[in-house]
Amino acid sequence: MTDSQPTQSPSDRPARPVVAIAGAGKTFGTGHTAVTALQGIDLAIGSGEFVSLIGPSGCGKSTLLRLIGDLTGPTTGEIRVNDKPARQARLDRDYGMVFQAPVLMDWRTIARNIELPLEIMGFPKEERARRSAELLRLVELEGFQHLHPWQLSGGMQQRVAIARALAFDPKLLLMDEPFGALDEMTRERMNLELMRIWGRTGTTVVFVTHSIPEAVFLSTRVVVMSARPGRVSRIVDIDLPQPRTVDTRELERYFELVTAVREALRQPDAQSGGQADLDDVGAARIRAEGIA
Amino acid sequence: MNLAGVRRRAAGWLPAVVVFVIVLVLWETTLTVFQVQSFLFPRPSVIVAALIDDRATLWKGVLFTGTEALGGLVVGVFLGTVAGLATARWATAREILVPVAIGASSIPILAFAPITINWFGAESVLPRMTIAALMVFFPVMVNTVRGLTQVEPAALELMRSYAAGDMEILRRLRIPNALPYWFTALRIATTLSVIGAVVGEFFGGPLYSLGIYITYYTGQFKYPTAWAAIVLSCALGIACYLGAVVAERFALPWHQARLAGES
Repeated sequence: MTDSQPTQSPSDRPARPVVAIAGAGKTFGTGHTAVTALQGIDLAIGSGEFVSLIGPSGCGKSTLLRLIGDLTGPTTGEIRVNDKPARQARLDRDYGMVFQAPVLMDWRTIARNIELPLEIMGFPKEERARRSAELLRLVELEGFQHLHPWQLSGGMQQRVAIARALAFDPKLLLMDEPFGALDEMTRERMNLELMRIWGRTGTTVVFVTHSIPEAVFLSTRVVVMSARPGRVSRIVDIDLPQPRTVDTRELERYFELVTAVREALRQPDAQSGGQADLDDVGAARIRAEGIA
Repeated sequence: MNLAGVRRRAAGWLPAVVVFVIVLVLWETTLTVFQVQSFLFPRPSVIVAALIDDRATLWKGVLFTGTEALGGLVVGVFLGTVAGLATARWATAREILVPVAIGASSIPILAFAPITINWFGAESVLPRMTIAALMVFFPVMVNTVRGLTQVEPAALELMRSYAAGDMEILRRLRIPNALPYWFTALRIATTLSVIGAVVGEFFGGPLYSLGIYITYYTGQFKYPTAWAAIVLSCALGIACYLGAVVAERFALPWHQARLAGES
């Protein structure tokens, strides 16, 4: 693994992370019907990182993403984005959001869907047109600007949603299982596209997924979560070389890391909060091979 | 529109026209063959003759009843839309008013026709306008509220992520979302307003108004003449309905295309 880029360790991450979560918890409901979705979450995400949140359903990974975006508030703890409270960051339009569904507006053309946040934020008309044209190029949908959403395939619609999220140049992109509804082939192609876009924009990305290969392929770090109550059980550094390409999925290290994440998901509390290193992965491989 | 478009549209209308002509022909021939008395069920040719015979009075009636229906439609749609906007805006108002509105929409409004005549006088257009407006109000209000509030939750979160204010959300999400619902209500409203106007006239009105014309000539046993007014009432309702359809086509071209499954 000599060709892999050096992994960031927590100590040399920037002092002021883009996302800083301290002791965050979220409980839905009150009394004996209360459900604790998240408990004691500590997480710092540095500038330019691509961090995936992965875990079984009910582990609160989507809730954690929504806490970062201030789409819901924490019951305990604090969430800071760009060194200010999450709410202020939302009001300052510091992040772009992509949901599992594209959430496009049928009455708007593709170009005007991309321009929606720009309209709300009061950008002048020429600027909106310039940006939507640029973004249509970025997501490779030139020539589709006058169509309406239902005339596009699911993968194309999700590309429009990504373009819309990037329209106002947010430094942080929050993605909630954006490719979860797509078929495997489309999903892999979208992953490559996302890597290309991430490489060009340098945006910090927080990405929720339930696909292990997807998380490993995309991320610089994978945050493995466990359920009931949702908490961070382990963080796996992904030291695969950049840029990620079709060949990345064939590297031996890629399979090692997929195995490491799978192991972490299987044994949520074995190494709580630990960092993956080569020894762990090696041990995981030996275990895996021993079983096989 | 190009020639192919015209031809395609004409092809779309053709079956309806053919069916209409066949029905007329069957109607005419069956009644002739079985020698049905014209006071029971007059033949189309007899109705047309009656229509031409008294065209001046009937035309006056169409204008009068049409004014009532259109006036009631405009007032009712306006008030229903305003009430819908207000109801959707304030959650407490919604919780109180929507059940009331749904309940109130089952009131037989025509029963108030004699009262409205007592208020405004039988010769005025106002009694039937009031009835038509009341009949139109509830479906428009309920559909407006539905369209404004049945918004995709994720779309609301998207707007929230942009820190969009209530007015922005109303303008860019709720109102566009409500327009198809509102136009559906408008279509229902057009026919309801004509029914309200014509049936409202049964309780009183000038002699040439379509409702009075129908009741008067049935009382005189001049059924073909009454039928002429019935046919005109139907035509009035259909014309108003088509007006709403055309308005929707112009206002929401994307919705038409979507329903047609164009790609």
